[in-house]
Amino acid sequence: MNVAVRNTAPPIDAAALKAQAALLRGKVIEMSHAAQAAHLASSLSCADIVTAAYWHVLNVDPAKPKDPLRDRFILSKGHAAAALYATLAMKGYFPLKELDTYCQDGGRLAEHPPANLLPGVEAATGSLGHGLPLGCGMALSGRIKGERFRVFALLSDGENNEGSVWEAAMFAAAQKLENVCVIVDYNKWQATGRSNETLMLAPLREKWTAFGWDAHEIDGHDVAALAAAMQRIPNGSGKPVALVAHTVKGKGVSFMEDDNNWHYRAPTADEVVKAKKELGLI
Amino acid sequence: MRNAFADELTKLGNEDARVVMLSGDIGNRLFDKFKDKHPGRFFNCGVAEANMMGVAAGMAMNGLRPVAYTITPFVTTRCLEQIRTDVCYHEAPVTIVSVGGGLAYSGLGPTHHACEDISFLRALPNMVVICPGDAHEVRAALRATMQQDSPVYIRMGKKGEPVVHAGPLSEFAIGKAITISVGSDVCLLSTGNMLPEAVEASHRLKEHGISAEVVSFHTVKPLDQDCLRNAFAKFRLVATLEEHSLIGGFGAAVSEWLTDTETQPRKFLRFGTPDAFFKKSGEQEYAREVLGLAAHQIADKILHALS
Repeated sequence: MNVAVRNTAPPIDAAALKAQAALLRGKVIEMSHAAQAAHLASSLSCADIVTAAYWHVLNVDPAKPKDPLRDRFILSKGHAAAALYATLAMKGYFPLKELDTYCQDGGRLAEHPPANLLPGVEAATGSLGHGLPLGCGMALSGRIKGERFRVFALLSDGENNEGSVWEAAMFAAAQKLENVCVIVDYNKWQATGRSNETLMLAPLREKWTAFGWDAHEIDGHDVAALAAAMQRIPNGSGKPVALVAHTVKGKGVSFMEDDNNWHYRAPTADEVVKAKKELGLI
Repeated sequence: MRNAFADELTKLGNEDARVVMLSGDIGNRLFDKFKDKHPGRFFNCGVAEANMMGVAAGMAMNGLRPVAYTITPFVTTRCLEQIRTDVCYHEAPVTIVSVGGGLAYSGLGPTHHACEDISFLRALPNMVVICPGDAHEVRAALRATMQQDSPVYIRMGKKGEPVVHAGPLSEFAIGKAITISVGSDVCLLSTGNMLPEAVEASHRLKEHGISAEVVSFHTVKPLDQDCLRNAFAKFRLVATLEEHSLIGGFGAAVSEWLTDTETQPRKFLRFGTPDAFFKKSGEQEYAREVLGLAAHQIADKILHALS
């Protein structure tokens, strides 16, 4: 069997990861402004999770985006595409310059990640509740083919409304897919309301536990803690792992934090400058 | 058809390590041989079709050839968005196999009828739609599908239907209709489990001096355009037969083709199910009688159209 999982993880450089997360936030804010595109707050919410994954955890090589042994990262909350695009570009999957084409006519960077079009995008998402079933299929196919890679699926909290998430949760537990990790970006908001006032998610960690997962709560903005928890997959529990990551929607910019207007609003040029100052980027 | 499917799948599983079987908690004992030989490649995905279809797509995206199987409405309309987005959008070579197409499970009621699935699935980009006419066509279609690199939907009837072909089909090709019997007056284009009715209707027409050609038009998408061109050029009357709604099914696809190719048919009849749920209890044979899909009714309507 080919073993691609690293047994010896490199030490976590928390300061570097934090700096990288700030860069990512700055980039998605610029992209949202340039394209006047929605879902900025959703991208900011998961910036630390995406950063921990791509800059510490994932066994991926941008030069070999189809390497059969690569770890899979599925942005199941596809509306945070800007965070994924910016990260992939900064990792070198495609030129940084291409980020200027975000949401532009004829480009590859649509508002939701496309299928079979952009290197590094593992699955076309945007319709919620699809990433985890796809990820379970990928993980099982790895088991069948003797390819030992890991699958990470980043879900929004609103996405936990979808029944297919829980179908997949029961399936993964039954199949003991210990190399599958769900990270829930639990920012307590969905598109038009408070998550727990829409459909009751709480107690969310306990729900994942009850569905047969090794579930943990984690600070979704502690990039070092995220990196450590994700790097431990598979963690020896024999179960798929759920990380319920407590986050703040719009995190990193004071006037966006926990203000759900930024689910759809795009920043003005002045707001971009203010935000980047807060992030220490200018 | 069902048993032929399970048997052929087992053979394909022996020949091709990429073949994986996903069942939606159906087919009790049907797949015992497959499970026995390939325990690591059989998954009962439970009564969770949306997840099953996503899992199948994920497997196909990583080089496997999953077959996702359950009763027609549940493996098509129940998880239509997963078929559209996970399978078709990703061009994932998933084979969707359904049992109980049309009114095969008439007695189980409209929850288990499937007279809309062809319509939904043929509208999806990248999807191939095959409705085998008998057990031999099921085997051949499944085998041909495994050579494809695209999503395929195979719509079966049930078990124990009449076998129309004399033996295995060595020449079967997706998108290439099969002439069952040659005729000169009318052409019966049948898709799926209506094939035995088409054959029987041709016998009845013969008694009235009408020579009917019978074609098993197993692939609804892509259409065999050569076959259509020849049929509409040669015959006084062409009829489509399907156990599916007249909205969006095989006959509708042929109607679209006629319009798009500016072909003027001399006479064109479409046999299919009406725009209504069939609520009465009763088995398939009864349902066909009520809906005018029995062989004698098809023959009578054609005779009337010719008179």
